[in-house]
Formats: sequence, C-alpha cells, structure tokens
Amino acid sequence: MLGYLIRRILAAIPVMGVVALFVFLLLRLTPGDPAAIIAGDNATPEQLDRIRTQLGLNEPLYTQFFSWVWRLLHGDFGTSLISNVPVLQMVNQRIEPSLSIALCVMLVSILVAIPLGVIAAWKHGTWIDRFVMALSVIGFSVPVFVIGYVLVQVFAIELRWFPVQGFRSISRGFGPFFERITLPTIALSFVYVALIARMTRAAMLGVLGEDYVRTARAKGINESGVLFRHALRNAAVPVITVIGTGFALLISGVVVTESVFNLPGIGRLTVDAVLARDFPVIQAMILLTSGVYVGVNLLIDLAYALLDPRIRY
Amino acid sequence: MSELVNPTVNTRPIALEIENLVVGVGKSGAGKKIIDGISLQVRQGETLCVVGESGSGKSVTSLSTMGLLPRDSLKAIGGSIKLVGEDVLQASDRRLRQLRATTMAMIFQEPMTALNPVVPVGKQIDEVLRTHTSLGASARRARILDMMEQVRLPDVKRIFASYPHRLSGGQRQRIMIAMALVLEPKLLIADEPTTALDVTTQAQILKLIRDLQKDHGTAVLFITHDMGVVADIADRVAVMRHGRLVETGALKDVLSAPTQDYTRNLLSSVPSLVPRAAREEAGFNPVVLEANELGKVYRERSMFGKPREVHAAQDVTLTLRKGRTLGIVGESGSGKSTVARCIVRLIDPTSGGIRLAGREISDLSRHALQPHRKKIQIVFQDPYRSLNPRITIGESICEGPINFGTKHSVAMARARELLELVGLPPDAVSRYPHQFSGGQRQRIAIARALALDPEVLVADEAVSALDVSVQAQVLRLLDDIQTRLGIAILFITHDLRVAAQICDDVAVMQHGRVVEQGPAAEVLANPQQPYTRQLLDAAPGRGWDFANFRAVDGSTTVPAA
Repeated sequence: MLGYLIRRILAAIPVMGVVALFVFLLLRLTPGDPAAIIAGDNATPEQLDRIRTQLGLNEPLYTQFFSWVWRLLHGDFGTSLISNVPVLQMVNQRIEPSLSIALCVMLVSILVAIPLGVIAAWKHGTWIDRFVMALSVIGFSVPVFVIGYVLVQVFAIELRWFPVQGFRSISRGFGPFFERITLPTIALSFVYVALIARMTRAAMLGVLGEDYVRTARAKGINESGVLFRHALRNAAVPVITVIGTGFALLISGVVVTESVFNLPGIGRLTVDAVLARDFPVIQAMILLTSGVYVGVNLLIDLAYALLDPRIRY
Repeated sequence: MSELVNPTVNTRPIALEIENLVVGVGKSGAGKKIIDGISLQVRQGETLCVVGESGSGKSVTSLSTMGLLPRDSLKAIGGSIKLVGEDVLQASDRRLRQLRATTMAMIFQEPMTALNPVVPVGKQIDEVLRTHTSLGASARRARILDMMEQVRLPDVKRIFASYPHRLSGGQRQRIMIAMALVLEPKLLIADEPTTALDVTTQAQILKLIRDLQKDHGTAVLFITHDMGVVADIADRVAVMRHGRLVETGALKDVLSAPTQDYTRNLLSSVPSLVPRAAREEAGFNPVVLEANELGKVYRERSMFGKPREVHAAQDVTLTLRKGRTLGIVGESGSGKSTVARCIVRLIDPTSGGIRLAGREISDLSRHALQPHRKKIQIVFQDPYRSLNPRITIGESICEGPINFGTKHSVAMARARELLELVGLPPDAVSRYPHQFSGGQRQRIAIARALALDPEVLVADEAVSALDVSVQAQVLRLLDDIQTRLGIAILFITHDLRVAAQICDDVAVMQHGRVVEQGPAAEVLANPQQPYTRQLLDAAPGRGWDFANFRAVDGSTTVPAA
C-alpha cells in the first residue's frame, strides 16, 4: 500500500512538469512581445525594456523556464501586474472561502444524496424512486443563480435568518462563518445532490442484483445491513469518482455562486485575472487547478484501493 | 446410493414439506404460473435431488422456500411450504430472517460471485453468528475456525482473514458451506452448488456435503441439472419440467425404471462416458491443422524484482486431419482455451508453430494473417454473449463473407442456406438474438462460423452452457455438419462425457501441458496417466449407464451415507 502511494506520488511529478511547461509557454507563445502584452498598448520603449529585464525575457527560453520553475518551487509565483501584490498572497486570501464552500457542499451533498440514492435503488420502480429521480432532474436543470437568488430573497431578505452575502473566516468564530456559508452551500448542493444521488442509485441497482447480495439476505441479515454493509461498499467506486471530480470542480472555483453571494473565492479571482490579462495570476490559477485535479485523482485511486481489495497496489 | 440408504430414513421427522406450491409472475403473482402445483418433502438426513432443465422452476422452488423470490417479479400465490411444521409463506419478514441460517440455509451455484468481494471471508461467516447469536467475539471466532476445519479448508487462520478473490472456486464453495452450516440448520438448500466447479473439486464438494449431512443429520434439497451428480448424491429424485413435477421416487427407481417419457428422454440425453465406436481410421486424410510445440507465456511486469511468468501453455503439439474431431479436455486453468485461442490467433503464441492447411500462420502479421482467417473459425461457450444483440442474425452471419468481398445479396442468400443447415427457419435472418433460445443461438453461432467455409471449426466449450437435451441436439448437428462438409473440428471441453461422444482423438491437458494424447477410445477407456484416471474417477455418475437405465459395475466415487 505504501509502495503504491509512493509510486503514485512519483507519477504525479511528470504530470505537473508538463503542466508547468504548458503554463510557461502560454505567455511566451502568445503572439507578440510578452512585454508588450503585459505593459499594454501605451507603454514606452523604456517601460518595455524594464519589463523584459524584470521577467528575464532576454535570456534563452530554457534558462527562463528553469529559473521560473526554481522560483515556483520556492513559493514565488510572481507579482500581479494589476495590483502589484505577490500572487501567492492573493491566492492565500482567496483559498479559504473556496475551500470552505467546497467542503461544506460536498459534506451536505454526500449526507443527503447517498441515502437518497440507496433508497431510490432499494425501492426501485416505486413512487419513492420516481420522486428522487424527479428531484434530481430539477437539481440539474434549475441554474444555480436562480436557486441562489430565491434563497437570498426568502431566507435573507424576507425572513432575515441569514445575512444576504459575504464571507467571514472561521478563525473569527464559527457562528458568523456558519451564518454566511449556509445559503451558498445549499444553493450549490442542489446540483451535486442530483449528480451523486443519480450515480449512487445506478451503482446500487447494479450491485443489488449481484449474487452476494442474495447470499447476505439468505443469511438472515436485515435490509439496512444488506444495503449499507454489503451493497453500498461495492457500489462506492463510481460514486467516489463523481464525488472526487465534483470536489475538484468546486475548489477551482464556482464563479456564479461566488458572484451571487459576493464570496471572495478562487473563481472570481480567476475571471478577474483573465479579463485583466494578469498573466502571473492566470498562470498560478492554472497550476493550482491542475494540482488540485492531480491530487484529487490520487485520492480517488487510493480510495479505490482501500474499498476494493481486488485492486492491486 | 438409494439401495444402501438406511431404511429408517422414512420414519425420520419431515424437515421440509412443500404442498401444492404455485408461483406466478408479477408483483401480485397474477401472471403466468412459473410453478404450478409442486409438492415435495424432505426428511431429516435425506437428500432430495430436484432435477430439471433450465426454466423448469427448480431454482424458483428453492428461492420460494428461503423467501428470496424477487419481490417485484415473482410471488407465491398458493399452497404451503412447511419448514419443520411452520409455513414460511405465512411468516413475516422478521420471522423469515430469523429462520434463515438458523433453520434453513442455502448455497448457490457461483462461488465466484456469491461472496462479497470486499469483505474477508471469516467476517462474512461471522456476520451469521452476530446476527443470530449472542456469542462473544472469541467464542464466535473459535466456532468459525472449527466450522472451517469441518469443511476441510487448509490453514484456516489465514483463510479466515482472506478476501474471496484470494481463494479458489472450491475453497469459496467450502466457505459458503461453512457459512450455511455454522448454525446447524435443519434444512440445507444447495442450488447447483458444484456446477461451476471442476470435476475433481466437484467430487470433493459432493463428498463433503454427504459427510456433513451424516454428521449433522441435515435435510438436503439439492437442485441440479446434472444426472451424474444426481446419481452420486440423491436418496430420492424429483424431476421437474415447466413448473410441474414430472415424477418423483427413490433414486434407483427413477434411474432404472422411469415411468414418464420426459424422464426417459432426459436420461437418454446424458452422454455416456464410454467412448463411441471409433470411426474409420482416416490416416490418408490430409492434415489441416498442426500445432507444434506451441507455448504461451504471460509475463506480469513488476516494478521491483523479477517479472512473474505464467506458462499458460507449454509444448503443445496437436495434429488434426480433415473430417476428424480432436478433443482437448482438462479442468479450468489447464490451458485448453489458451491453446484454442492461440490456434485461431485471437491471442499470439509466444513460441512454437501453427500450420493451417499447410501454411505456417503463427508468425504472420495481423495483415498477412487476414486471408487465412477464413479457414479457421470459432464457436464460443456462451451463446447469450457471443452474438451482438443489436445486429440481426442475417447481418451477423454475413459480416464475415462480406468482409472477404462477397456481395451482400449473395452472402444473405448463403446465410439463409446455412440457417437451414443448422435447423433454423431461413427467415430468422431478419430477427435479433434475443428472440432465440440458448440452443438456437448456438446453432446461429455455428452457422456464422460456417459462413466462411472454414476447414477447421474450433468449438470452445460450445455445448457447456446448454441443457442436456439441447446439448445432444447440438452435438448431433456438429456430427452431421462434419459428415456433410468434411470439416475438421477442434473441440475444447471440460466434460468427459461430451468428449467421449464426439471426439475421434483426445488430448488431456493439465497445467498448460498435454499429459496424454491418443484415440478417444483408448485414452478414455484405458487411461495411462494418473491425471487422466483421476479425471475419469471424478466424473459424476460413473456408476450409471443412464441411457440404458442400468447401473454399471464398479464403485461410485461418493460413498453412500
């Protein structure tokens, strides 16, 4: 198991290397002078020269790449061209809201969706099943901003249970954090509940027809034991996959939700950077997103190995 | 054997009594009757074999008893099933759960899939004790290990903690038996428990069930389609067909003096272990297929250390002449299918040669091999999966010839002829596979293989998934096609009875090697190698000549209770 873990982590290094190369070339291969792109249309030749020297653009390409990677490894992601703040600091400020919302949404979705999916599969073909499936269609088809604005209108403006928008760090107390994270979590959970419930139901339907489920029933085990102890663990692999990729999507930013609830998250940082052509920030965001996906995939594979003893390390 | 059964068995208490059971299709059971008025009884210490072909309702009967019928598709709508006097059809779900494993237990056909793959087997047995007893952890463990020893598992402590995929089929079935018997139920239902196992393992499991039955006085309801197994394990036999009981009686009476035509036909369809009369020696017929020291090695790459090598086939040398049938027999893992697949070049051999119609084909590239493909065609085991469900029968049969340049209309006309040749109506060309039964699909698969006018037909367990009566028909069809077309057949099978009836020559394989080879009449009647002898000894029902309704002298493998 440990050997498997080490091999998988080692295998992630070349992947990240390729990503880094791509991110590096993104700026260099963009048509035109990178310095001109960075400086904008009205830059003077002196300004361009300064930028070139500052970015090392006069060096050969490979020297530029390796010194860039070297700086990355030391936590230097460059400085924002717009705000002149180090990129790492900008990301650090934005990571907590994004991570908080991702974890909350995943937790709520799993707790709601998996029982729903299991029950739907168990009561396959009955009104319960159809009800769960109808809910999941609604969850898929209603846009998140509609759900968001409805929630804000009802629970924040009319009932005044929650603040309308914003984010408060958990370090400043759980109460304020919870108050502000609840509505965005609910809004975003709809689609994930729909997705995970559907996946759970499909996987469970497959597993419930298996011989070992019949064996479990023949042993005289009660239904909850059959469903959760025997069937669910065998149905878990596709469900874990969906949960994992869903989580990665959430961390790399949910622009619409962040906008609706005015959350200072990764998604808006990325969009702002793209609109302003803030290349160092864009590069950092691509690296971050890729890193999250590589990491999540690693976790998914580890989960497979833990869940299914037949998968060899 | 029945004649040896202790006569007191008839006075023992009744463990299971099924009276007038009716099971219908649909949630309310109002649809077609799958079981229509079955009555059976099994006494303690007695084995009742329920025998019948697929669709006879034998498994539905056992699932009804356990209360395990799929709720939304089948329902018992009449009669009673009394388990030690208590009607399980009237029992609540809760009561049924209490009865399962404690009073009645069941083992299933597929040991490979009947155990949960993600839970260690010891824990799976433990679940029975945790559900039904209040024993402490160490007492449960001691009891499980003891039971595992009773089912003769080796190294029980290691196996206790093993996952199912680490165990062989036989070991898994032993785990299932241990799980079923750990609480000493009054009734054991065994639904085709040895069908998926090799003959030698089958013989061991049958003996084990017999022995445990003797020790614990369990009543056994044994479901099987295999008359050989019936002859080895039954005290009494119940023959089922289309959901009704055809006849029931003591083993010896049913096998030696069946009163119903259906039973007679069923018994006559069982191929004899005695090889058929040898056909005329065909020494002058041209050799169409030769395998020369064929080998296939699977290498498993490993990051550290040496790669693991598995010799799936080694030094396999075979010769097949026009118009003859060569059988490769052996147990699972013996390499017989590997050899078949190498010969057809579905997989590439790692060493040795294959000469097809005088041309070496083992080293031809995929492209160069193409024109030779039509000379050798294969029929697979499972007719339910070997035909593409979304393509009509006609298109399936035509695909090969069209690929070799035949015009569509010509190929379709040929497909109609071939369907007639295999005994199906020519208008079947426009239908889809799901509209045919298993036997019909296998006929279609044979027609598909014949469409390219091959010189060699490879039949890889081609009749193993079929009921005996259908199996007999397909074997006759193959024989008939061979006589008419002079085709050579390479017949892969694990079933010595089938091999004895269709093969001219036989090669016995074990661990990837041919251990004995020669004319079927010699190899199967007078085996020289211990392994061949062992295989023949393990063949169920050796003591009966089914087709002639008589016992043959010689001992049976399973000692009578």
